[in-house]
Amino acid sequence: MRDVAGIVLIVAAGMAGYWLFPDNLALLTRVIAVALLVLSIDLIVGYCGVATLGQAALFGAGAYAAGIACVNGVTEPLTLIAIGALAGAVAGLLMGTIMLRAHGLAQLVLSIAIVQLFHEAANKASAYTGGSDGLAGLTVGPLFGVFEFDLWGQTAYLFGLALLVLVFIALKFVVSSPFGMLCRGIKEDPVRIKAMGSFVFPVLLKMFVISGAVAGIGGALAAISTQVVGLDSVSFELSANSLVMLVLGGLGTLYGALVGTVIFMGFEHAVSAINPFHWMTMVGALLIAVVLAAPGGLSGLLEKITASGKRTRGGRA
Amino acid sequence: MSDLFRVEGLTKNFGGLAVSREISLAMPAGERLALIGPNGAGKTTFVNLVTGQLQPSAGRVVLNGEDVTGLGAVERVRKGLVRTFQVTRLFSDMTPEEHVTLTVLQRERKATRILSRFRGNAEVAGEVEGLLGTLGLLEVARRKVGEIAYGQQRLLEIAIALALRPKVLLLDEPAAGVPSSDTPRIEQALERLPPELAVLMIEHDMDLVFRFAKRVVVLAAGEIIFKGVPSEVAANSRVREAYLGNYANARSVA
Repeated sequence: MRDVAGIVLIVAAGMAGYWLFPDNLALLTRVIAVALLVLSIDLIVGYCGVATLGQAALFGAGAYAAGIACVNGVTEPLTLIAIGALAGAVAGLLMGTIMLRAHGLAQLVLSIAIVQLFHEAANKASAYTGGSDGLAGLTVGPLFGVFEFDLWGQTAYLFGLALLVLVFIALKFVVSSPFGMLCRGIKEDPVRIKAMGSFVFPVLLKMFVISGAVAGIGGALAAISTQVVGLDSVSFELSANSLVMLVLGGLGTLYGALVGTVIFMGFEHAVSAINPFHWMTMVGALLIAVVLAAPGGLSGLLEKITASGKRTRGGRA
Repeated sequence: MSDLFRVEGLTKNFGGLAVSREISLAMPAGERLALIGPNGAGKTTFVNLVTGQLQPSAGRVVLNGEDVTGLGAVERVRKGLVRTFQVTRLFSDMTPEEHVTLTVLQRERKATRILSRFRGNAEVAGEVEGLLGTLGLLEVARRKVGEIAYGQQRLLEIAIALALRPKVLLLDEPAAGVPSSDTPRIEQALERLPPELAVLMIEHDMDLVFRFAKRVVVLAAGEIIFKGVPSEVAANSRVREAYLGNYANARSVA
């Protein structure tokens, strides 16, 4: 029931964005693509306790795969999204296989190394990726053969919003499945999970693949909506920023990923317009404030407020 | 060779230090064995060797006639060699019901499923309720573990172990850290363990040991110095020297 309300809220917020900011739909579509990336990080960091600073490798894999397919004549948008998801899943399998060999700090360093390697590969393979100029000239066909991707980005935005909602619903099922509970257990105590007779590595690897697919969908959406794929989509900077968005919003709830992305990117947009030189300073200050005042992130803060509201109304259940 | 479980010459060296030396013991089904010994005698190391958290330097672990020494901890659990922990290892933001459900699903190899509901299986739910009922945990079944009493957490450790349907159960100090007012509940749970289950219990509470165990093994400095029935333990001079002397002193002070 709570999740139904949550999903209605996401749709309502998405539609409000559509009506309120008709001139900023490109930015809002970008927010959705990044939100998918941040959701994919939440699966790994928030539900499995594996820290990563290289998640854009999976996002970029989806973006480039969709971009290259599009340039080579695959123009059907849903097919492109599927290609992005598949490429992200394969990249996730690869990344997980490498990262899960290590633990803690070494694992984090590996994630950075992997995204740097992906970045270098995309840079060097310029025949396919366009290198530092980016991959341009994507011409995406109409959605369902009917809806053209228009200049104002209306189709792209609504398409992105629908994708986000579908992915979000699917992930709600994933995290509340037996598999999702097992991951939560591994996050808290892998030794206990082993003593329950479950292996840890294949479970985490499975989550990496799911996470890769989600990040890949985000990347493909970014490619379709902007019709260009740049090296920034496989950058360390994007990886780090999206982890910051997750921490800002709160880990391990899926909602936090959305809240964090919207707040971070909204803040970035607003503050960079006012003061383009110091906006990152402001974001840093905001982050420090959130981490110190609400360690559970902004969504955790919200939950606390609603929970205390319930308590005063209904007493302890 | 009708023993359900035995270890032969189990030895573990950390560098030059032998923490387990040539430990051999056998347990038939239905065994109630207490493993006692002073602090640092190597009791928990022994459990870690048996369950596969540590690999022995020498020796064998045999379950049901099968050598499981080369298997990892997970495979041993799946074969029925199950332990509890000296300090509870539970998921603080999950409920007892969630712990036991996850364990039962794992035993049924259904815990890695994505396309099913966590509470979707009525059979599993019934078994979970039964287990929680047996251990008197029904009233806290849906409270987070971080919010329930430590004695109840210890009972939950046992519930998780039983949910795995073990053949051999190793209880590492099941009453450690539990206020004495709650020990009767732990003891009651121990009395109700399935009769065919072979149980090895490490415990410092001698009253509990003497009431629970049919046999006692005493470990000192990584070596077995005594095997026998509880009534003989107190009379054995080596044991007294190594262990019970301390216990008697500690008791008179307390």
